Amino acid sequence: MSVLVYADSSNGSLTKNAFEAANYGGQFAKAQGTTAVAVVTGSASGLEELGKYGISKVLHASDTALDQFDPKKVTAVVAAAAQQEGATTVVFAHDYSGKAVAPRLAAKLDAGMVTGAVALPNGNVIKKAVFSGKAFAEVEIKTATKIIAVLPNSLDKVETGGSASVEPFSCTLPDSGLTVKEVRKESAELSLTEADIVVSAGRGLKGPENWGMVEELAKELGAATACSRPVADIGWRPHHEHVGQTGIAIRPNLYIAIGISGAIQHLAGVNGSKVIVVINTDAEAPFFKAADYGIVGDAFEVVPKLIEAVKKLKA
Amino acid sequence: MKILVCISKAPDTTAKIAFTDGNSKFDENGVQFIVNPYDEWYALVRGLELKEANGGTVTVLNVGRADNDPIIRKALAIGADDAVRIDADTNDALYVAKQIAHYAKEQSFDMVLCGKETIDYNGSQVAGMVAELMDVPYVSLATKLEMSGNVATIERDIEGGVEVVETSTPFVLSAAKGMAEARIPNMRGIMAARTKPLNVVAAVDAQEATAIAGFSLPPAKSGCKYVDAANVEELVHLLHNEAKAI
Ligand SMILES: Cc1cc2nc3c(=O)[nH]c(=O)nc-3n(C[C@H](O)[C@H](O)[C@H](O)COP(=O)(O)OP(=O)(O)OC[C@H]3O[C@@H](n4cnc5c(N)ncnc54)[C@H](O)[C@@H]3O)c2cc1C
Ligand SMILES: Nc1ncnc2c1ncn2[C@@H]1O[C@H](COP(=O)(O)O)[C@@H](O)[C@H]1O
Repeated sequence: MSVLVYADSSNGSLTKNAFEAANYGGQFAKAQGTTAVAVVTGSASGLEELGKYGISKVLHASDTALDQFDPKKVTAVVAAAAQQEGATTVVFAHDYSGKAVAPRLAAKLDAGMVTGAVALPNGNVIKKAVFSGKAFAEVEIKTATKIIAVLPNSLDKVETGGSASVEPFSCTLPDSGLTVKEVRKESAELSLTEADIVVSAGRGLKGPENWGMVEELAKELGAATACSRPVADIGWRPHHEHVGQTGIAIRPNLYIAIGISGAIQHLAGVNGSKVIVVINTDAEAPFFKAADYGIVGDAFEVVPKLIEAVKKLKA
Repeated sequence: MKILVCISKAPDTTAKIAFTDGNSKFDENGVQFIVNPYDEWYALVRGLELKEANGGTVTVLNVGRADNDPIIRKALAIGADDAVRIDADTNDALYVAKQIAHYAKEQSFDMVLCGKETIDYNGSQVAGMVAELMDVPYVSLATKLEMSGNVATIERDIEGGVEVVETSTPFVLSAAKGMAEARIPNMRGIMAARTKPLNVVAAVDAQEATAIAGFSLPPAKSGCKYVDAANVEELVHLLHNEAKAI
């Protein structure tokens, strides 16, 4: 009956999304009157902190063979942990690690799966984002074992203030036939999918030489930077900044869009943002329809003033 | 090299999202359907490039009903050699994955290339399930694929970076942006597609593990609050005090 949470620590410490998955699992377990257990693979510290979100116990599979993230091995660990705990629900974050492991686990356990969940289950029915955030679906899972992957930044955090016990865990690991050759980290920049604030700009900025003010505003706000697709396609900005239907989807607390028209394919990647600010010279730009706050004006005048105003606030 | 590319059908990216029958069905009225962009632009085109460089065949596979045939023909027009449609409804990812895995195992493909997700239900599920059911490696969200003999070097997106992995055939991957550049079918391709084989095969027995109970649209935004361009400080004030976002 219990709930098992896969808490990703593939960077050596628990990720923000690991706590989000824990928060989901913890709240769900409490509603069900059962316990939530987390499973962590590879070397990582600070695991007891998962207790803050209602996790009572952490199973730590610290075999050095798990230090490199290998979806097939991780799947074997999560399956063994689910069996040991008699877990009927397994929760993941719908992020890079979750997307690599959760579908494998679902097939292994012959379990129904819902990805992109935005709310706690209502019986066997779970609400999820569909059509790139343009709508929601209620999906019923018909199997006894259920796999849920939670959309980042969609469920409010409830701190329970506990501390989790950490237990070593091991199981037989399969040979996966996959070797990690190299891991390249994108410098120390803030990761776009985990950032609370994102400053994004589009073709309205005219050329790559004008991105200095975008980066400065982002720096002042502790934000990550993003861009529209044409900007990445012409090479003004790196591809990993491209957000939208065909780029990456983000759900920050605050999204500031500068010189972006707000085409439907762009909105599809950012419409889950809590607060949207649009700065555009064209009062008719479609983005204003999706905005919470808007300034009709020239980015080259507005953004420098915005940087000054933010500096003043922080001072 | 025997390459299988899995393609699904999706509404055009500009399609109006609405529902009918008491919010239980997607309203297809006036909607144009396309090959799921990730499958067409990235998985299919990379498969074709590998075939052009190393020889072999590219088969496209779709699980679906006869109304999917036009999008299958589009994939043939872009350059796939032949196509297979497994005749079944597609309500559940695990059910679809079982169909694909059964066929791919039976035909011993060297690789199964999928897209990172379908743009309708945004599952990101089918490819990983297929890999597990075939008991082969799965590389998710791959942005680069190079083959040397039967050894694949693949780059995939991870949190805040890129991972380079090596594996050998057979394997499954899901393709994301970077993998290839989209191709437009030419007249010759379109003509040729008419006579390329599109084989329809029966589904294998499997249970559906999920079902969609209904849809809803997000609540409309309450409207945009405009701040004068001359008064930018007011915006910062609102973001700090009202929205509590900074
Ligand atoms: C299948 C498909 C998938 C797509 N996927 C994506 C995707 O994932 N992401 C994406 O972004 N796009 C995507 N697109 C492209 C999308 O349709 C738009 O073309 C694109 O988002 C437009 O980018 P933009 O807003 O930067 O440029 P534009 O549309 O050129 O808009 C520039 C904006 O800047 C404003 N502007 C000009 N000067 C200034 C100034 N000085 N100050 C302030 N504002 C100014 C203009 O008024 C205008 O609104 C996709 C398209 C297709 C067909
Ligand atoms: N009905 C289908 N037929 C063939 N391939 C599919 C089908 N559904 C999904 N796929 C493949 O699996 C990928 C991921 O789909 P999904 O799990 O639905 O997001 C798609 O990009 C396709 O490559």
